[in-house]
Amino acid sequence: MIWASWSDFFSMGGYGFYVWGSYLVSVACIAGEIALVFNRKRTLLKHLSLIHESTKQEKRDETTS
Amino acid sequence: MSLWVIQRDLLLAMRRRSDVLTTLFFFIIVVSLFPLGVGPEINILRTMAPGVVWVAALLASMLSLGRMFSSDYLDGTLEQMLLSPQSLSMLVLGKALAHWLVTGVPLVLMSPVLGIQYDLSADALLVLTASLLLGTPVLSLIGAIGAALTLGLRGGGVLVSLLVLPLYIPILIFGAGAVEASAAGLGAGAHLSLLGAFLLASLVLAPWATAVSLRISME
Amino acid sequence: MAINWFKYSSPASFYFLAGKMIPLFTIAAIILFAVGLYIGFFVAPTDFQQGEAYRIIFIHVPAAWMSMFLYVIMAIWAGIGLAFNTRLSSMMATAIAPTGAMFTFLALWTGALWGKPMWGTWWVWDARLTSELILLFLYIGFMSLQAAIDDPRRADKAGAVIALVGVVNIPIIYFSVKWWNTLHQGATVSVTQSPKMAATMLTGMLIMSIACWMYAIAVILIRTRTIILERERHTAWVGELRGMAQ
Repeated sequence: MIWASWSDFFSMGGYGFYVWGSYLVSVACIAGEIALVFNRKRTLLKHLSLIHESTKQEKRDETTS
Repeated sequence: MSLWVIQRDLLLAMRRRSDVLTTLFFFIIVVSLFPLGVGPEINILRTMAPGVVWVAALLASMLSLGRMFSSDYLDGTLEQMLLSPQSLSMLVLGKALAHWLVTGVPLVLMSPVLGIQYDLSADALLVLTASLLLGTPVLSLIGAIGAALTLGLRGGGVLVSLLVLPLYIPILIFGAGAVEASAAGLGAGAHLSLLGAFLLASLVLAPWATAVSLRISME
Repeated sequence: MAINWFKYSSPASFYFLAGKMIPLFTIAAIILFAVGLYIGFFVAPTDFQQGEAYRIIFIHVPAAWMSMFLYVIMAIWAGIGLAFNTRLSSMMATAIAPTGAMFTFLALWTGALWGKPMWGTWWVWDARLTSELILLFLYIGFMSLQAAIDDPRRADKAGAVIALVGVVNIPIIYFSVKWWNTLHQGATVSVTQSPKMAATMLTGMLIMSIACWMYAIAVILIRTRTIILERERHTAWVGELRGMAQ
């Protein structure tokens, strides 16, 4: 374990801002992309189920009328 | 075959003379704006001149890309062109060269005059004109691909520039670089020959790619 | 037993194949990221020249590699989709673009943050940085063209053309930018002398790039499945899949 203490691990030899800046943005980008992908899937399924509902509804109306 | 297209397009362009002039005036205005922005300091202007003139030429030719196919697309002649037995690539080559004649050549003729505004030396002006002469047809040929892809799309004008600008970068680099190299005494031979190479490559490849794109857009 | 590869070229069967593969890649990505970061931060020694700032290399170089590879792979899938009219290949190409653009942006961002302590400026008109920026424009051009066209078939083919034209231009752009850079300021800033690669640094970087691969494949497969659902919504198998899901 080459870091004497957690504090100098975060200071990263004085370059902490740059190192953690880039890693934080990387994590943010990856998390953001995952969120976007799943959000796209969720809205699609919701949209599909709406169509599904309406077609089922129409069928029911036809059979009852 | 493409001569017929060129001749027809030139005829059309002459009837709508304003189209030709707007591109030219856009070029003149953009080039003249820079000194106002940067200041009259001569040797700054002199070093900046090739870049400014080339970027302005790039933008001017890209502005008029949208019109390359849209008029024919709207009145259906493009449809006939696709169906005609003639090879589409030749027709497209004709249209691209017609576009170059209408927009590229006036820029080339105008650039020495504007060069004087930037106090460029005589041989620098010569190299600038030569590089524009070699470069502007490439702009029209590659731009034709972008114009064909974005045929009939809403917001097509902006989209063309987004698609085509990254592809223009090598031409801009060597075009502006030619003048700078000649000014620095290195001689512009290398740059001009590379521009010539781009021209030959795009003369062969671009019409074929544009033909494929037209078929896709007109499906 | 001859594997019938073409079975998986139909969106329906590929949907379920991808479904089974995604968990594998996700787990692999998580494990490799953990190992890579551990090596990067806790095992790799301090660099004698750059101190600790060089640790950005563990995300910067993989991201740059990924951005270039993903563009080429996207162009290949787009080319296959254009040539063989296979809808699934074009869907793959469309799915790859956002991840590629994300990695390009990441490479630029981490590059700038690494450049600041090393060269004192956020941005240097170095050949590789500039070509990376142009690569980002190519990605954005591809995605905006596909977004502007409503009919999916035309969007796929138009995207394929611009992707192929782009991939042909990448070497040209790279060399012209390299020529332009060396001509102008003469490589005062030479990035090529990267830190002498100690063994652990190299392994850390390789593990991180494999981790990025796994992550990219997983995200792209998920996005492909979503695109398949979007485009096949009217088909029977999506309807029945929908029925099951409720």
